[in-house]
Amino acid sequence: MSVGAARGLATSGQKPIAEILHPLSAAEEQLSPGPDVFVNVGGEKEAGLTNGTPVETSSPASASSLFNRLQLDDDLDADTRDPFASTETRDLFVTVDDPKKHVSTMETYITYRVSTKTSRIEFNLPDYCVRRRYQDFDWLRIKLEDSQPTHLIPPLPEKFVMKGVVDRFSEEFVETRMKALDKFLKRVADHPVLSFNPHLNAFLSAKDLNKRQGLALLTKVGESVKQVAGGYKLRARPAEFCAMGEYLDTFSQKLGTIDRIAQRILREQSEYLTELREYGTVYSSWAASEEELQRPLEGVSGSVTTCCGALEELSENMSQDFLPVLREYVLYIESMKNVLRKRDQSQAEYEGRLEAAILRKQEDRTPMPVEVEKCQDKVECFNADLKADWERWQSNKRQDFKQLLTGMADKNINYYEKCQAAWESLITLLQDKQTEDKTSETN
Amino acid sequence: MADFGSNEEVAVIGNTDLTSAESENNIINTMVERGTSLLNKMEINVAEAEKRTGKNTVNMQETYTVYLIETRPAENVPEGGTPAIPDSLWRRYSDFELLKTYLMVTYSYIVVPPLPEKRAEFVWHKLSADNLDPDFVERRRVGLENFLLRVASHPVLSNDKIFFHFLTEEKGWREAVLETGFQDKVDPRLKSLSAMLRVKNPDKRFTALKHYSDELNIVISQLLRVRARVADRLYGVYKVHGNYGRVFSEWSAIEKEMGDGLQSAGHHMDTYAASIDDILEEEEHYADQLKEYLFYTDAVRSVCRKHELIQYELEMAAQDLAHKKQQKEELVTGTVRVFSLKGMTSKLFGQESQEQRESRLAALEQSIQEGEEMVKEKNTECQDFVRTAWEDIERFKEQKNRDLREALISYAIMQISMCKKGIQVWSNAKECFNKM
Repeated sequence: MSVGAARGLATSGQKPIAEILHPLSAAEEQLSPGPDVFVNVGGEKEAGLTNGTPVETSSPASASSLFNRLQLDDDLDADTRDPFASTETRDLFVTVDDPKKHVSTMETYITYRVSTKTSRIEFNLPDYCVRRRYQDFDWLRIKLEDSQPTHLIPPLPEKFVMKGVVDRFSEEFVETRMKALDKFLKRVADHPVLSFNPHLNAFLSAKDLNKRQGLALLTKVGESVKQVAGGYKLRARPAEFCAMGEYLDTFSQKLGTIDRIAQRILREQSEYLTELREYGTVYSSWAASEEELQRPLEGVSGSVTTCCGALEELSENMSQDFLPVLREYVLYIESMKNVLRKRDQSQAEYEGRLEAAILRKQEDRTPMPVEVEKCQDKVECFNADLKADWERWQSNKRQDFKQLLTGMADKNINYYEKCQAAWESLITLLQDKQTEDKTSETN
Repeated sequence: MADFGSNEEVAVIGNTDLTSAESENNIINTMVERGTSLLNKMEINVAEAEKRTGKNTVNMQETYTVYLIETRPAENVPEGGTPAIPDSLWRRYSDFELLKTYLMVTYSYIVVPPLPEKRAEFVWHKLSADNLDPDFVERRRVGLENFLLRVASHPVLSNDKIFFHFLTEEKGWREAVLETGFQDKVDPRLKSLSAMLRVKNPDKRFTALKHYSDELNIVISQLLRVRARVADRLYGVYKVHGNYGRVFSEWSAIEKEMGDGLQSAGHHMDTYAASIDDILEEEEHYADQLKEYLFYTDAVRSVCRKHELIQYELEMAAQDLAHKKQQKEELVTGTVRVFSLKGMTSKLFGQESQEQRESRLAALEQSIQEGEEMVKEKNTECQDFVRTAWEDIERFKEQKNRDLREALISYAIMQISMCKKGIQVWSNAKECFNKM
């Protein structure tokens, strides 16, 4: 499975399962839509999203049964999928799915199933299945950011939602958030550096995520960067990072515009739909007062109704598949800007220390202090990491938008094809009727 | 001119009473546009429109539109030695209006074709409601031509002399119309709605027809209103897509590999947004077809009203006759069935003299006879009206069903072509996206 294909899966969220090339991920995908199977195996999955019963899913029993089932699925899949899987070089696969609502006296929240399959030696087992809630993802992201300050950390979906405006427990909201969390985790797992982060390991495999203790050692790394806040003026940001900053500014502006256009189109479409529905109704009420024209008019009404359905589907697909990707990239840009800022800070720190050292050197001719060189190394390391991440990000972005826009075109084509079919069938009906009339006339 | 003289003769010869069998033939023939009517002998079109400025009756400066009517003998005219050079003349919309009013008054039993709208109605925001707007004038030109063709293909109307005059002689036409005195025939009661006429024995067919035309009027105007809103919204959907064109092209400026694809996809989005103008302009033609039938409902209602009036007159005459007959009976038998002042006086002051009675009886007899004549006359008038009107209504119904079915088919074809355009543009855009 190529990297591109995996990303493709994550982006579209609508690719048929058959297109997923790797046996492991394919098996995982097949698991999720079958709660009835779960009832048979684990006997504890009947709690759906709606009934709000807290369900403990990371029990050893369910993990092992799942493990067994996955093994089985792997075997089953091996025949059909192997030729494709042979080209696979990746070794860490993660999926977020199966949201569940938990109601306790203190709070109500949603957990998501995080399933992992891996052959990496850093993991003790090849399979894990844990349940995590949003704040766990948030914890992971903060840990990643702190421990890997030189890298671009993919964004999480927005944390805060306006109460009253958005129902946090609505199926739609949970579904959208789940897709975004899945995307986030896949992006982290695909990253050549981030995917080896011990926090990720803990997040994916620990039965209980001990967030407070969790690898306290590593959190220190980030803090040194955080302390260097302002104070120094950059002498010169290298041109390539300037260009990145400018690019991000323009790109986020354009994305904002595209988002506004897309939303405006959805609004226009929904108003159009309202009128179109009434339009269809008028035709059918006209049909009621006609004799010969009854069938043609009813036919028109039927075609209009079909078009309404197709339009509704188009709008729904666009708001479910198109808008979230735009949102993710808006947040992604923010992450990117954040890393750029941190790089600037580390450059500033280095330059500040260098300046001080040079001053001192002129006074007492001491050799260059070690920490200045360390700082220099850090800046260079930062620059290298950032450049690598930037390239990755650019190529991801290109793939994602290619897929996003092609998807938009496909959805529109599909919409028009459905409408066309509806009108064509009407013409067949009307012309049939006409020839019928003519033959009856001559008879 | 000689040519037209002969044409006119042919037309007049054609103007004989139709037997029912013949008229049935005619109904079928008019379904094929060129039937036995005037259209067989003459080609008619409204070739162009022109804006003019002049002084009106109250000496005010006004701008108006005139329409060029071209006529020429059809090629299959038997005495075809002369080449067919179109004869042309200019008419204003108000001339058409006068012609229509004349036809409606003169042929009250016929569903006279309506004129295109005087002012643009059921417009959506982008459509101009200005009477001098070129698009509006063009659509009206088409509508006026359609009106002339409808009259010219009508089995009865096509043979009208005034109509022929309207087509062929620019000068003196208005005077000729007014000379016919048709205005005197306008029954004021027709205008002051039929609510005041309480017909005792309404013809069920006409009642149903009136009811139907009311319904049709309501449903078509509702349809046109909603369609205008649908057009408005559709326009919005397309035009907002046009914004993608701009933003894609701006975005492409900062991209390397994606740039070209984005840029050209942007052009396709522009094309998409622009395509709606033509689509909706074409759809306006469909709206005009519906409008014609919306206005036709007035013509149908006018025939119904006329029928009610005739029926009412017949009933009044019959009532009057019955009254007189009762009087006579009273006089002859000397009995007074109903209490009346006359009865009282005769009782109080004794019987009238024989002479007086005789003369009153004679006068009554005379009056009854007149009344009987009247009833008979009204009866025939009414029967004739019902027969001829129903004939024309049948013809109208056929025409309506055929026209509207065709209109629906062409509407569906329009929708298909819109879908095809949409598919085309999005496929082009997709190709560009794929190259990114």
